[in-house]
Amino acid sequence: MTTAPAPGTRAVVWARRRDSLARSWTTFRHSRQAMVGLAILVIAVLVAVLSPLLVSPEAIDPATAPGTPNQPPSAGFPLGTDGFGRSVLSLIIVGTRVSLLVGLAATIGAVVVGATVGVVAGYYGGTRIDTVLSALTDWFLVIPWLVLAIVLAAILGPTLLNVIVVIAITSWALTARIVRAQTLSVREQLYVERARALGAGDLSIMTRHILPNVFAVVFAQAVLTVAVAILSETTLAILGLGDPTATSWGRVIEEAFNAGAMANGYWWWIVPPGVCVVLVTLAFTMCGYAIEEILNPRLRRKEKG
Amino acid sequence: MRPRYFARKVGWALLTLWFILTANFFLFRVMPGDPVALLARSQRLSAAALEHQRQVFGLDQPLFAQYLTYLRQTLSGNLGVSIISGDDVWSMISARFWPTVLLVGLGTALAALIGVLAGIRSGWQRGGAFDRGGLYSSLILYATPEGWLGMILLIVFAGSLGWFPAGGYSSDASAGPGDVALHLALPVLTLTLGYVGQFMIVMRSSMIDVKGEDYLVLARAKGLSDKAVRRHHAVPNAFLPSFTLIVLSFGFVLGGAIVVETVYSWPGLGLLTYQAIKDQDYPVLQAVFLLSSLAVIIANLIADITYGFLDPRVEAV
Repeated sequence: MTTAPAPGTRAVVWARRRDSLARSWTTFRHSRQAMVGLAILVIAVLVAVLSPLLVSPEAIDPATAPGTPNQPPSAGFPLGTDGFGRSVLSLIIVGTRVSLLVGLAATIGAVVVGATVGVVAGYYGGTRIDTVLSALTDWFLVIPWLVLAIVLAAILGPTLLNVIVVIAITSWALTARIVRAQTLSVREQLYVERARALGAGDLSIMTRHILPNVFAVVFAQAVLTVAVAILSETTLAILGLGDPTATSWGRVIEEAFNAGAMANGYWWWIVPPGVCVVLVTLAFTMCGYAIEEILNPRLRRKEKG
Repeated sequence: MRPRYFARKVGWALLTLWFILTANFFLFRVMPGDPVALLARSQRLSAAALEHQRQVFGLDQPLFAQYLTYLRQTLSGNLGVSIISGDDVWSMISARFWPTVLLVGLGTALAALIGVLAGIRSGWQRGGAFDRGGLYSSLILYATPEGWLGMILLIVFAGSLGWFPAGGYSSDASAGPGDVALHLALPVLTLTLGYVGQFMIVMRSSMIDVKGEDYLVLARAKGLSDKAVRRHHAVPNAFLPSFTLIVLSFGFVLGGAIVVETVYSWPGLGLLTYQAIKDQDYPVLQAVFLLSSLAVIIANLIADITYGFLDPRVEAV
């Protein structure tokens, strides 16, 4: 995947990309960590997609809750019931959809901003544009993200979209820094010089030559960012800054916390949503590391350190 | 240390501080409801006190004049008054400062100590049982939301087992240090578990980096024992990145405190922040944001400057 897509060579380019992808997949498949992570993610996505079929809206409406409040796990309610008498299992299933949605949407926002800033800063490396963008990136890397997120979420108000925006704003900087470094090395390649000699403009070089070559790095970073985004959503929700109408895993934890589930020992209400967060975050992290290893063979364990 | 390096770092810190102050001013001006209307929402503020705030902060002046007044007042330590209680924000914050420093300082120090020691062992025997166990534990701890971890520890150790109190600073006002320590145990444990992974991973990877260096081959060739090579040649060279991380993480004291203090009702800045979120007490949130950014700026400056001493090569950059 290192060739410029001129009209005649397009087929060759795509054949090479397919080959490279196939090789990467073989490496990925041989990593046990990555396959465990992928399996967890497939299950989570299935549950999220099927959740409207598995749980009816009435089942998670406090007014029409099907069970008795605060009951430990039983045959009818495998994970017990919450303070309204709703099945904790139903809440978890609905929560899968909300948590994944927030995590993925925030990641898309963060990665688009991060990749754009990174490519532009790297392409104009050493100029004033780079100085300003890098300073901005550094600033977002060092400010205490949770405090900024809290301030933003408190100002913007608790809606699902605002939570997504807040997480995206506080998590794009690492992608930008990594993409900038990668761009700095890509722009020195011969084919970039060739494209410029043939009269290609800045925008065209950035989108058609640099972006495809930093795309793999962006993808690995995106997978890792989803993990961070899901953790961030959980933390914001625990602090009461989530959307009160959307049942995410973090929101279930917050409700349990505020209802005194800890003092009363209602462990079945608090343990499952947290375990889900841990599993899915872990899965994204393991897949992300595996992809990073494929891209950067220096990280591979087999090699002598 | 070269004066130019020092001056550049201090200049950068001041620039960042100005940026934060400016962001802080405008962020809280774009929110719904202007500051005057917000202050008027307070039931505790008398009409005269309201008028006083309005004058001190020039809230009836044009935006740019307000901005200059804000900068002047903030730099002289006037952070305004709480919308809810009418108390001076500066005194609210200073009353909550030390409990947070005690809790998060202790948690961070423990995490750094354990993490660095584990990372040394892990990286030195890469691929061994200890390394794999440590790596998996770090990954799992990284994936665990700290607030939830705190709740689980609370249910187990304060609820079921009843070994520790469920929260707060002490049992009563006259309680001694032993009682405070008992209240500290679980929140410190939560923070330590939450932070230990990053220290371990950073120390581990720099140990792996130095392992292939020539000076280690030389040290071995001199006939030094494995332990001596590790202790006197590998660790001192591998420690720099961890050192930076440790200094920087003290700047994040407040960020780490919010969730844990909320779960354990620990009366520090984090709990103050949580209450301010619930009450939409913007002046308090604004001050918290300012203070936590200041902590990070100072930690960065300290890291940069000590780094210049420890590794003179960076000054040339």
